[in-house]
Amino acid sequence: AARMFLRLLSYIHWRVANPKWRRMTCSQQSTSSTAEPHVAALPAQAQVVICGGGIMGTSVAYHLSKMGWKDIVLLEQGRLAAGTTRFCAGIVSTARRASIELKMADYSNKLYEQLEQETGVQTGYMKTGSISLAQTQDRLISLKRIASSLSVMGIPCEIITPKKVAQLHPLINIHDLVGAMYVPEDALVSSANVSLALATAASRNGVQIHERTSVSHVTVQKGRVTAIETDRGQIKCQYFVNCAGQWAYELGHAAEEAVNIPLHACEHFYILTHPLNEPLASNLPTVVDPDGRIYIRNWQGGILSGGFEKNPKPLFTEGRNQLEIQNLQEDWDHFEPLLGALLRRMPDLEALQIMQLVNCPESFTPDMRCIMGESPTVRGYFVLAGMNSAGISYGGGAGKYLAEWMVNGYPSENVWPLDLKRFGTLQSSRTFLRHRVMEVMPLMCDLKVPRWDFQTGRQLRTSPLYDRLDAQGARWMEKHGFERVKYFVPPGNDLLDLGQSKTFYKPDWFDIVGSEVKCCKEAVCVIDMSSFTKFEISSTGDEALESLQYLFSNDLDVPVGHVVHTGMLNEKGGYENDCSIARLSKRSFFMISPTDQQVHCWAWLKNRLPDDSNLTMEDVTWKYTALNLIGPRAVDVLSELSYAPITPEHFPSFFCKEMSVGYANGIRVMSITHTGEPGFMLYIPIEYALHVYNEVMNMGQKYGIRNAGYYALRSLRIEKFFAFWGQDLDAFTTPMECGREFQVKLDKGMQFVGQEALLEQKQNGVYKRFTMFILEDHDTDADLWPWWGEPIFRNGRYVGKTTSSAYSYTLERHVCLGFVHHFDEKTGEELVVTTDFINQGEYEIDIAGHRFQAKAKLYPFSSFFTNRRRKDEMELSGYQGE
Amino acid sequence: FYLTPPQVNSILKASEYSFKVPEFDGKNVSSVLGFDSNQLPANAPIEDRRSAATCLQTRGMLLGVFDGHAGCACAQAVSERLFYYIAVSLLPHETLLEIEDAVESGRALLPILQWHKHPNDYFSKEASKLYFNSLRTYWQELIDLNSGETTDVKEALINAFKRLDNDISLEAQVGDSNSFLNYLVLRVAFSGATACVAHVDGVDLHIANTGDSRAMLGVQEEDGSWSAVNLSYDHNAQNKNEVERVKTEHPKSEEKNLVKQDRLLGLLMPFRAFGDVKFKWSIELQKRVIESGPDQLNENEYAKFIPPNYHTPPYLTAEPEVIYHRLRPQDKFLVLATDGLWETMHRQDVARIVGEYLTGVHHQQPIAVGGYKVTLGQMHGLLTERRARISSEFEDQNAATHLIRHAVGHNEFGTVDHERLSKMLSLPEELARMYRDDITIIVVQFNSHVI
Repeated sequence: AARMFLRLLSYIHWRVANPKWRRMTCSQQSTSSTAEPHVAALPAQAQVVICGGGIMGTSVAYHLSKMGWKDIVLLEQGRLAAGTTRFCAGIVSTARRASIELKMADYSNKLYEQLEQETGVQTGYMKTGSISLAQTQDRLISLKRIASSLSVMGIPCEIITPKKVAQLHPLINIHDLVGAMYVPEDALVSSANVSLALATAASRNGVQIHERTSVSHVTVQKGRVTAIETDRGQIKCQYFVNCAGQWAYELGHAAEEAVNIPLHACEHFYILTHPLNEPLASNLPTVVDPDGRIYIRNWQGGILSGGFEKNPKPLFTEGRNQLEIQNLQEDWDHFEPLLGALLRRMPDLEALQIMQLVNCPESFTPDMRCIMGESPTVRGYFVLAGMNSAGISYGGGAGKYLAEWMVNGYPSENVWPLDLKRFGTLQSSRTFLRHRVMEVMPLMCDLKVPRWDFQTGRQLRTSPLYDRLDAQGARWMEKHGFERVKYFVPPGNDLLDLGQSKTFYKPDWFDIVGSEVKCCKEAVCVIDMSSFTKFEISSTGDEALESLQYLFSNDLDVPVGHVVHTGMLNEKGGYENDCSIARLSKRSFFMISPTDQQVHCWAWLKNRLPDDSNLTMEDVTWKYTALNLIGPRAVDVLSELSYAPITPEHFPSFFCKEMSVGYANGIRVMSITHTGEPGFMLYIPIEYALHVYNEVMNMGQKYGIRNAGYYALRSLRIEKFFAFWGQDLDAFTTPMECGREFQVKLDKGMQFVGQEALLEQKQNGVYKRFTMFILEDHDTDADLWPWWGEPIFRNGRYVGKTTSSAYSYTLERHVCLGFVHHFDEKTGEELVVTTDFINQGEYEIDIAGHRFQAKAKLYPFSSFFTNRRRKDEMELSGYQGE
Repeated sequence: FYLTPPQVNSILKASEYSFKVPEFDGKNVSSVLGFDSNQLPANAPIEDRRSAATCLQTRGMLLGVFDGHAGCACAQAVSERLFYYIAVSLLPHETLLEIEDAVESGRALLPILQWHKHPNDYFSKEASKLYFNSLRTYWQELIDLNSGETTDVKEALINAFKRLDNDISLEAQVGDSNSFLNYLVLRVAFSGATACVAHVDGVDLHIANTGDSRAMLGVQEEDGSWSAVNLSYDHNAQNKNEVERVKTEHPKSEEKNLVKQDRLLGLLMPFRAFGDVKFKWSIELQKRVIESGPDQLNENEYAKFIPPNYHTPPYLTAEPEVIYHRLRPQDKFLVLATDGLWETMHRQDVARIVGEYLTGVHHQQPIAVGGYKVTLGQMHGLLTERRARISSEFEDQNAATHLIRHAVGHNEFGTVDHERLSKMLSLPEELARMYRDDITIIVVQFNSHVI
């Protein structure tokens, strides 16, 4: 079985490789009996040790060495490119949904194209193009959305008719197709050879490569990587990069302090055939038929075809290790549905002779996105793994971003969607991973409609009110393992149908959420927001205040009982986090951050707070249940439940008071709602949660109280032009760019992180601007709904993408939020975006290829705020806009 | 509230039983590979019984299902006794002599039957002496009657059925000095039971049926699909011949009262049965036996009640209808089941589900291309064929259990719906009987290599 792959590996090219490197790699081919007896000794120390000689490890080594880091050792337990890399199908496809993935794939494609010329190693690069087929209208919509993204990235691509498909590929049965997407610059490579080429170039740049060396342990001292242990001795190092593919999870646990890398391997099958009578041309496009769950590429005159079945087979759950992936069982019965799909797509292949069914494990992650970045607990420990079957497409770009991360402190693009820190220890249960990847692998081909949720690995973290809310018709989604309510299905509605219809158009919960929004506007609603990340930071002296003043951009030296909305910025002024901080006492602070900040924010603060025993930080997320009382009558409900005066005079906006509600004492009440609507957040010690909830609901009855979910919250905050971190804000967005200069106190009398960058922006202007768009000619019932990631056009030219969108029940229009750039018409260079630039344009939003007129606004509609109850209106208006 | 799949399985599997005919030299020379049986109660206690045994003094295997009514006493007695009557009827003269001689001289008796019993299938200890004496009287009569002819299976089956029913009737009339036994024989006689029994000996298959249980042969057609062949006729109002038979046995004046509301005399669903002396004895006999019987019987309203329009008994017989079938290679299995199954499933579906189950279980060896030349089309054909065979539910190790799962849990699409299954199984005792009947199934698998 392996014999054929020796051909794939093309040893001829191997020998062409740099003789210097051959000497250093001390590697032998298992087939060669005249192997060099000399094995080069491992160095005693190095700046960087990379573990894993697949496409990821070699790409990181390649890029690091290109960026000038030379003291690098790459270790491979078997032979280079002998794992998943060797077996993978070698398709370089840029048709990706997320923009960061798209950029990685595009870069990889360009890198591989010139790699042969650069290194002299044949990579088998062939620009064949790819055709993604649509059997249904919904699939075609999905492809059109991708096509829109590709086009604005400058990647050629077009939506084509079935007839055109037949012209591009003679074997395809087009009778059941409604259309397709053609990406002419997608390519094929020999993945193993690409990896070898990268290794060759890296070794020319001084990287030492050692095969047959496995890492057994990573030594951590004081939260930093200091050395690694191998079966051939120790290497002291400053940085360790875990590129161990499907073994990355286990390797992550082989350290003093475990690094959780949530991925799990699944068997993946593809078939190889002998050549056709008239061998297929090597430039024939690759065919992806997601509705049939298969891909088909030409391979040595025959075909290579595999897919992503509905019933995947996870493996190595118990963590069996092995040197190289070989001798995994072929399972024809398992492959039958995919073979059926292949023959339906290309009926003429019936008579084609089978060569082999290959079983090649791939690793998958809990959210279908790869894992990169630095460990939140061990500094200097980097990870790049979990490619979800797209290792070759991402390899070049992912390696580049990780190298930038290590050398510059952060990559040149926002990689938060891929950041290891989006996961915590909660995602590293093997049972969770096993169940989740069984859902993720079929999802590779499933239609992804807006707002889909994972079904496996649920009900892990829940609010104490979960059962109460569930019994009242709550429908749930999950964030960072926490169950959150989407909306409440009123009794009497057909429960089964709701939430099951998948659509790109108006969803079935439209009216339900509408009535929740109405109740927030006119009466009062309760939303359980317990998932928020909550930290307490306190000190014996002024250490807490001093540190926080340095780490946060707003002025935290406010009177006790005030709440401050502030960004946690990086050196470039970008948002690492966006949070609310309440000053509980002179020396202690209560910090509320988005749910998925639990790991990232903790690591960020831990690494920057002074190592001072007088200063303590505690994660109290689990200690408090958070209820959001939204609406004009919230004040009435709360007044009846507490003897403390709640009137605006006694309890203005952005205040925090510890008080009793009902029988329960010690409830932290804050006059904020995260939506711009009047109301309160109640932080309730969990043992009182049910009591307080019951009291609020009972008392609220006469004010028309009802439960509401996050969809209502979303609609409210988006129509109020509220940016959310993780959706709209990221590490590459500054307060100046999203109209939040008022949350930055440049003159607070002391330095803070990001200050310089912000000062410069204040002087020179910003290069992108957060803008609100109201869709004008969009028919809510008949047109495709915006989601996020839709291109924005200004006067017919692409200026940016949306980051979130919602239907505003108040405006009765769709509202999209997004960033507008100003690209020079000739050079494409980014220019300063001025208010005039925003205001003097005609805008369109492109939803799956259809452009809708949109009105741009830099400030929210002031008419919304008839209910405002603040004394200092200056700050309010500032809070909403500028 | 729903039962979890493991809970459902433990309920379904509580009574399952499998028997594999032992192999010699790695070969099974018997025409029967083995059988799976199971039962699911709806009544409490269940009124169905089942039996399986290998004849030791003659060749062949006996399998039967018995559906009791008005209690389980009759079905229990028939399940214990009928196979002995059949086996004895089949025994050659010399063997009968040998046995009688052994009993006479107090020597150890040659074993006649090897039973294949689930732990729940019990035999009544108290009545064994009484039953044995009746059986002995039967073989003594057979010895006296020695015709010298070789025993015809069909005749032996008919004789055994009739003789046992006769003995049940006689024992009740005679009574017993032991009050427990006295009450038992009366309960046996006043309750009833249908019987569907298969006798398999090589390629010769006989089905003797009394009542509305059913025997069905599963046949695999050349294209691999499954079809069903009936090997019994239901003795009930739906069977025209049976209605005709009853009518010819009674005066014309009774004709319109014989079958009412699809029941015999408006009361009994099966038209043939063991026991049920209320439909066999004269009114005088019934009254005499009940009056002299124990108080419990006197207080039993059912026993005391005389069927209306009761003029010319007997109205009921235990005589079976016997069907002979010579097994062919395409005959893969036999299903014996009480009406609880046939009420919910069509025989064609039964044939398909069992067929796919049995072949699926046997075709799980993985395939490999190896060095052969195989085209994509050939491979696909092979795989789809295997898929068609492999049933979705491997969880059942027992074909009868698998069938019960379908019978109770199948939805309108013909697939097993866990929710429905769970609901049906969690019905309280008093409701269960309204939604389903007791189900008892035996699936006999034939050995195509021998046939």
